[in-house]
Amino acid sequence: MKKTDIKAQAESGTGESNGMKRRSFVKLLGGGIFIFFQPWDIFNLSDIALPQGRSLTKDYNAFLQIAEDGTVSCFTGKIEMGQGAITSLPQIMADELNVPLEKVKMVMGDTDLCPYDAGTWGSQTIQTFGPAMRAAAAEARSVLTDLAATKLGVPAAQLEVRDGLIVDSKNPKNSVSYAALAKGKKIERFLDVKPPVEEYTKFTYVGKSYKHSDARLKVTGQAKYTGDLKLPGMVFARILRPPSHGAKLSSVDVSGAEAIKGTQIVRDGDFIAVLNENRDLADEAIVKIKAEYTYNELKVNDKNLYDRMVGADSRANVMRTNGDMEAGIQLSDKIFESEFHDPYLAHTSIETHTALAKLEGDKMTVWAATQSPFGLQDGISREIGFPREKVRVITPFVGGGFGGKGAYQQGVEAARIAKLSNKPIMLVWTRDEEFFYDTFHPAGVIRIKSGIDKSGLIKLWDYSLYYGGSRGSDTIYDVPNARTTSYSQNMDATVIHPFGTGAWRAPNNNANTFARESQIDIMAAEAGIDPLEFRLKNLKDEKMIACWKAVADKFGYIPGKTPGGRGIGIACGTDAGTWVATIVEIKVDKSTGKVKVLRVACAQDMGLCVNPQGALIQMEGCIQMGMGYTLTEEVMFEGGNVKNRGFDSYEIPRFSWTPKMDCVILDRKDKPPKGGGEPAIITVGAAVGNAIFDATGARLYRMPMTPARVLEAMKKV
Amino acid sequence: MTANMEQKIRFTLNGKKTEITTDPNQTLLWVLRNQLGLTGTKFGCGTGFCGACTVLIDREPARSCMLPVSDIAGKDLMTIEGLSRNGKLHPVQQAFIDHDALQCGYCTPGMILTATGMLMKNPSPTRQEIIDGLEDNLCRCGAHTRIIDAVETAAKEMKGGK
Repeated sequence: MKKTDIKAQAESGTGESNGMKRRSFVKLLGGGIFIFFQPWDIFNLSDIALPQGRSLTKDYNAFLQIAEDGTVSCFTGKIEMGQGAITSLPQIMADELNVPLEKVKMVMGDTDLCPYDAGTWGSQTIQTFGPAMRAAAAEARSVLTDLAATKLGVPAAQLEVRDGLIVDSKNPKNSVSYAALAKGKKIERFLDVKPPVEEYTKFTYVGKSYKHSDARLKVTGQAKYTGDLKLPGMVFARILRPPSHGAKLSSVDVSGAEAIKGTQIVRDGDFIAVLNENRDLADEAIVKIKAEYTYNELKVNDKNLYDRMVGADSRANVMRTNGDMEAGIQLSDKIFESEFHDPYLAHTSIETHTALAKLEGDKMTVWAATQSPFGLQDGISREIGFPREKVRVITPFVGGGFGGKGAYQQGVEAARIAKLSNKPIMLVWTRDEEFFYDTFHPAGVIRIKSGIDKSGLIKLWDYSLYYGGSRGSDTIYDVPNARTTSYSQNMDATVIHPFGTGAWRAPNNNANTFARESQIDIMAAEAGIDPLEFRLKNLKDEKMIACWKAVADKFGYIPGKTPGGRGIGIACGTDAGTWVATIVEIKVDKSTGKVKVLRVACAQDMGLCVNPQGALIQMEGCIQMGMGYTLTEEVMFEGGNVKNRGFDSYEIPRFSWTPKMDCVILDRKDKPPKGGGEPAIITVGAAVGNAIFDATGARLYRMPMTPARVLEAMKKV
Repeated sequence: MTANMEQKIRFTLNGKKTEITTDPNQTLLWVLRNQLGLTGTKFGCGTGFCGACTVLIDREPARSCMLPVSDIAGKDLMTIEGLSRNGKLHPVQQAFIDHDALQCGYCTPGMILTATGMLMKNPSPTRQEIIDGLEDNLCRCGAHTRIIDAVETAAKEMKGGK
């Protein structure tokens, strides 16, 4: 590596993140060797919109420290929420630096200690952050080797690294440890190009399975989540909530709440909270507040929303087009037109949105269950008016996110109450609040007009999506005439979504894959061709074909036309750079319409797999969670009033649903790593819908596929 | 709940005789978490539907978010913190680690105590009995298949130890 490739900026420290100069991090953390880096690929290739005043991500967004005791730490704004980054990232680093795995520490999600990071989502941690971190580790090794060469008086080429010890290969007694090299040093390097990294074949840890490194803490109850923290003088807060989104407070009487022992009321306009050091009394006080509201409800509910979407004044955006739709119609022997409906979904992490806020002098510290510590820092700064550098967000263990904890309203609320009361505030949203203020997966409509010729080749694919989002709306199949059009909110038009929406595990890809793969199945059935054969006939994508071969083999797939009464369904797609194919076997109770998923085989190509067991666990989690959006999950609402706000009325997958799972990860050690937290969830809905068709001849166009909807569809057969 | 006069409540907590002075109508969950510092017992829904707050009362799994603390007077209460002995994990805890039967870990204490209570009653459950026994504990990450395997393994381990 050319030394000119590395900018040594120890003196100037021009790079800033989080309002902090690199120098400040070095000062804060003491001596050692620091390597600052960023995932250059994505940041160089696209301009990611940053919050106002955040312009510094192009400099660096993480760093490594080889501390004076030889400990290797990676400081990153990414967080751990069960996806296993706390286990897999150290594997990469330990390998590149040739140190024992237990010598590697992750410091995550603390805005004072870690540089800016937009957030943990999109299955990006391993695929974009991992390679950058790996390159930084390679640079650290190079710095250490240079130091060792001087210290040991031998050329760098003659040195080997063994478990954190740099050894003269010709005289093994002549050696020096990382700790000794880092001692008394303050070396800073900034990485702006990729240095050479170790070949994957040399890896000791990467590619091997490691169990969750935080498991012991979690099985003993010692792992600290935000709600488990306690500060002297801390009080619990409950906030007065409107009965529906859009309702405005018209009158309020807090005297009933004030009568509850030890209760303090804080108020800032319509924002009213009760505080009590006893959580039960805070719960009791909040319901004693008498409040009246005025309503300005949107005339929309979970029944009419789909008609409203397709009839709305929308902005059409042709996202992709090739060939000509008219030519596609001419070339087609049969034309198929379908409309698919997908509802709002809740995230329902078992840990609700929680935050602990403490104001000390002019500094606000907030511990929060969040996927976006820096987003929360910005939010507090913007909404309460704190200078950003006076806000510190710390992220303890997060009890599930799934996209829902990208939203950080609870952290801003806790900070606001801490400022109003000058007391440490613990805010734990109730399950009701969690449902009500969730940023739901947005509902949407997808219309597809497609056509095949006499031989079963797809000649036309005209895909329109309304309000749901476009991730996963690519055709995948080799179609000469294809178009994807997205319809979204027109600036001046009536608001479509009556409440907040956001990312839900593999955002919108579940709906797009459901629509596309159902439509493919409809065409295969009409053509009288086995659905897998039909797909392979229309696919040129070699990765997808390889996934199909792997999953068919694992499942023991026997071809057959549908509906064949077997209850077997298939689907494929891509998400977060990963290719996935799934085959399911289900049983439909024809008297009740209830669907039971018996067996799921799933194959995915995710490039290099850092921690195979961790990745398998994510696939299994995706399949289990995927059955929820497929079979039961749907937010019921009337205007801004969310009607199902508990686990009794919003049903998520349970133990009795668990199918036999056979997951395969294709061996792609030679390829860069891709996302693993989301891809396998995208195919579940389509595969189950296609299996229902195979079992009964009934086609479901709407998720979730509840018993009532299955029975209704069966009547039409 | 109405704020009553505080009372003394005596019970056995994780094997130790314990006396606390508290409002007897307070919810057991919040007394454990806030007064006794036992935060392994989690708040998930507050209405008994998710199981994250499960504890063992006289060896029976119970939802601590639904019980006034006065209910434990004279009883034997076990929380996740009391399950391991002198640093040695209970077989159910060990099996959860061995099977990697957790992700975010938030539902884990409730899962482990529900499974432990089930195995105390029925040391040789069938796979279906394990599923039925865990049915009302919710996990959103989707660790179900590994949790079932872990409980099966723990059952075998515990019988072997007798």
